[in-house]
Amino acid sequence: MCRIGAIKSKVAFHPSQALRLMLPQQEGHDNSGFAMVMQDLEGVFGQYKDKPLLSLACTQKGAQMVENYMEAHNFTRAYEWVPKLNRKPGLDIKAMPHYIFRCYDYPEQYQNAAQAAKEELLLDTRLALRAMLEKEDQGYAFSLWPDVLTLKEIGDPRDIAVYFRLWDDSGELMAKNVVVQCRQNTNYEIVRYAAHPFFIQGYTLCANGENTFYTKNKEYQKSLHRGYIGFESDSQNFLYTLHYVLHQLKWPIKYYKHVVTPLPFEEIEKRPDKAELKLIRQSLGHLEINGPNTIIGMLPNNSLITCCDSKKLRPVVIGGDGTTIAISSEVCGLNVVVPDRDPACDVYPDEREVVVITPDLEVQRWKQ
Amino acid sequence: METVTKTQDVTFNDLPWKIEYSPERCTMCGSCVAACTFKAIEAAVERRSVTISTAHVPEPTQTHRAIPVIKQKNSVANFCRGCGMCEKVCPNRAIRPVRNDDSRLNLLARGGGNPIKRGGRNNLIKERTLDKIVIGRISQMTDPSLDSERHTFDILAPFGRVLLPGELPFSIDDGDLKLSDWTPPVRWIYPVIFSDMSVGALSTRAWEAVCLATAYLNEKYDMPVRMCSGEGGMPVQLMKSEYLKYMIIQIASGHFGWNRIIKAMPHMKVDPAGILIKIGQGAKPGDGGLLPAAKVAEHIQAIRGVPKADLLSPPNHQGLYSIEESVQKMHMSLNAAFKFRVPVAIKCAASATSVSVYNNLLRDPYKICGGFFLDGIQGGTGAANEVSLDHTGHPVVSKVRECYIAAVKQGRQGQIPLWAGGGLGLTGNAAADAFKMICLGANGVFLGKLLIQLCGCIGNEESRCNACNTGLCPTGICTQDPRLVRRLDVDKAAQNIVDYMLALDAEIRKMMAPIGNSSLPVGRSDALVTTDKAIADKLAIQYSC
Ligand code: SF4
Ligand code: SF4
Repeated sequence: MCRIGAIKSKVAFHPSQALRLMLPQQEGHDNSGFAMVMQDLEGVFGQYKDKPLLSLACTQKGAQMVENYMEAHNFTRAYEWVPKLNRKPGLDIKAMPHYIFRCYDYPEQYQNAAQAAKEELLLDTRLALRAMLEKEDQGYAFSLWPDVLTLKEIGDPRDIAVYFRLWDDSGELMAKNVVVQCRQNTNYEIVRYAAHPFFIQGYTLCANGENTFYTKNKEYQKSLHRGYIGFESDSQNFLYTLHYVLHQLKWPIKYYKHVVTPLPFEEIEKRPDKAELKLIRQSLGHLEINGPNTIIGMLPNNSLITCCDSKKLRPVVIGGDGTTIAISSEVCGLNVVVPDRDPACDVYPDEREVVVITPDLEVQRWKQ
Repeated sequence: METVTKTQDVTFNDLPWKIEYSPERCTMCGSCVAACTFKAIEAAVERRSVTISTAHVPEPTQTHRAIPVIKQKNSVANFCRGCGMCEKVCPNRAIRPVRNDDSRLNLLARGGGNPIKRGGRNNLIKERTLDKIVIGRISQMTDPSLDSERHTFDILAPFGRVLLPGELPFSIDDGDLKLSDWTPPVRWIYPVIFSDMSVGALSTRAWEAVCLATAYLNEKYDMPVRMCSGEGGMPVQLMKSEYLKYMIIQIASGHFGWNRIIKAMPHMKVDPAGILIKIGQGAKPGDGGLLPAAKVAEHIQAIRGVPKADLLSPPNHQGLYSIEESVQKMHMSLNAAFKFRVPVAIKCAASATSVSVYNNLLRDPYKICGGFFLDGIQGGTGAANEVSLDHTGHPVVSKVRECYIAAVKQGRQGQIPLWAGGGLGLTGNAAADAFKMICLGANGVFLGKLLIQLCGCIGNEESRCNACNTGLCPTGICTQDPRLVRRLDVDKAAQNIVDYMLALDAEIRKMMAPIGNSSLPVGRSDALVTTDKAIADKLAIQYSC
């Protein structure tokens, strides 16, 4: 079973915190990988918040291909951070030759474009980079988005951390939000894209558990949006549905849970909003998710959300100390990251609940 | 000379069933002759050589005597159907039908220059694709199975036109979605519909038994099973009752019974569950309906508004020659008739063109086609030409799958719910059949033959009985002869259907639980595996060996 987590804080923190959250939960994962998405960055990226940041793992040739592509499409490099790698022998990591974390200026003609147009451009660019690299097997484009950094690697999370010097709190990589997972995906081949969290247009999501409706979700999502590709993991579906409900349909966030784990018809009948709920259930039936799972999502406005399956077969817990809030599969993770909190106030969302942590750390709980 | 003429005579050995009769057990009570609706046997007198002794001490003498016996008629008009009623009623086990491998009936029965007709059982196709598929994706450690007894399951399927998410007329009001316009009616019903068998094809009592079972399942067990009327209308009392809400009214090319339906409309207290436009059926694809005059009893004449004659529905709806027309005229008028509150679906026999029809319906600009019913080659219960039953049509499994996949390609799966029938439940395991069809993309299934079997029909795929076209149904299920109809115990028949459906419901849970699904796994083709490579390729499911 996977273990997932997220940390959100009023003060920027170092990704070593994410490792501290995950490592105590090690019994629940298999040391096959580490991945995280950082958002609301400080440190070296703090002054480039409005510039699209590309996160990439690639070969020498891949790096050149990306460089050429970005240049040809009028993206100009604004800043690049190169991790000082610790190539100590004996580390359990299948490293790529290059890791690129690079900020760009939008192409000239997009400088004054509407937000929506920029969002489409960034998506198309990432998809194009991915397709280009994939075709020649030269690398992985994880995210291209302002103020978002993605790192994914295959191997033992501790060794990955050593390799990227994630234990040394140098102050270079700092963020106020991070979503993290330790482990790869056992359902599929171990490839970098399969590692959670997944990302699309400002939406980040990781999930643990199983999605038994993977095939029907995938078959439907494929035709819903050009960005819904890959499907290396059965939980990518959760992200695409989150993006579809919030970004495409522009529905309020509380309807996400009504889509993924709709109320039984019997319960819908008792509700005053039954007309709407029934329509949602029938029109989005192919986005329903079945099986045991928990989701942690991060939204473009820096909110975090979490909810679980309708039978509560996978647990999740939320705890905070006023400055920092963490979400975790197991409470032992919280004990390390927010040790001074009052555990009596920890929240264990139930099967019908959606918890949202707003940008100012307010914990909102809704019954579905 | 005489021998030469006799070679053309019909003998018992030419008929599909031979009567095995033991005169020594027979007391000549006459029960068997009375029970045989086909008059295949008669009481006769045979001159026999017997040894008798009448003295105080044995003094056997040989003599010839005329003794009464039961005799099989050696005539094609009265051939034995193997129904076994004689055996059932005989108190002494003196008589029974035995299958005759040397039958020449196929040659003899066409003697009058007419095709052979019989009841809706396919005799040729023995292999079923569904029997070569198993549910192979079982949840184990990563995703625990559910508990079929403890967890709750949502076993419901849509009947009605479903909109794409982006088409939903929602506005946002204070953080809530609010419905701001009309949407097509969609009813969530049990994924098993009692298929269209008309009152006329069925006896009133058999029809009543299915009605009773439907109402009982709904009212007592909260199982929203729907029953389709079949072509030929419905009793007015029913149309004016609350129970109409469990009924799907059918309109077919003969429009039989619609006069009364239209007249009853102002008096309907509730809306019917749906309307089903029948274009074609699995038993006789491309052929119209047929209710032989023998079955057009007085009450049938009243319901349908017709004289006693063969009632033939035309093979097509006169005046409709394209799908577009059908969508515009038929769907529109029927939707309008019920003020757009009742879903209107369409039923076709499965055929090579099913996908084209479905694609066309999916493009229906008015968004009013509420379902696509596909009836496979093994479907149908009524009277049909044998040649149609055995040699025309298309298996339903791959057609439903193709329709589903065609919808997937357009991102329109689920918009026009797919319902499948024709041979489902043939082996008595309707739950497993339904479940597999649902995994392949059907939203639900419809069952007909299984219901009449539960009423006591003894017909089978081995040519037993199958005399539904004669009006002489030995079990009183598809005849209008009042004496035969009385043979059917309505309550027992209804009870059998109810019991079967309760078992089916439990079995569906038993299959949902191990694959870890609490709602119907529509399109979960990954849950299925087959050991047949050709089936795996055709249905795009996992091959396993
Ligand atoms: S088996 Fe049926 S048809 Fe044949 S003789 Fe007996 S009752 Fe008549
Ligand atoms: S028992 Fe009646 S319904 Fe069944 S096959 Fe015979 S005639 Fe048809």
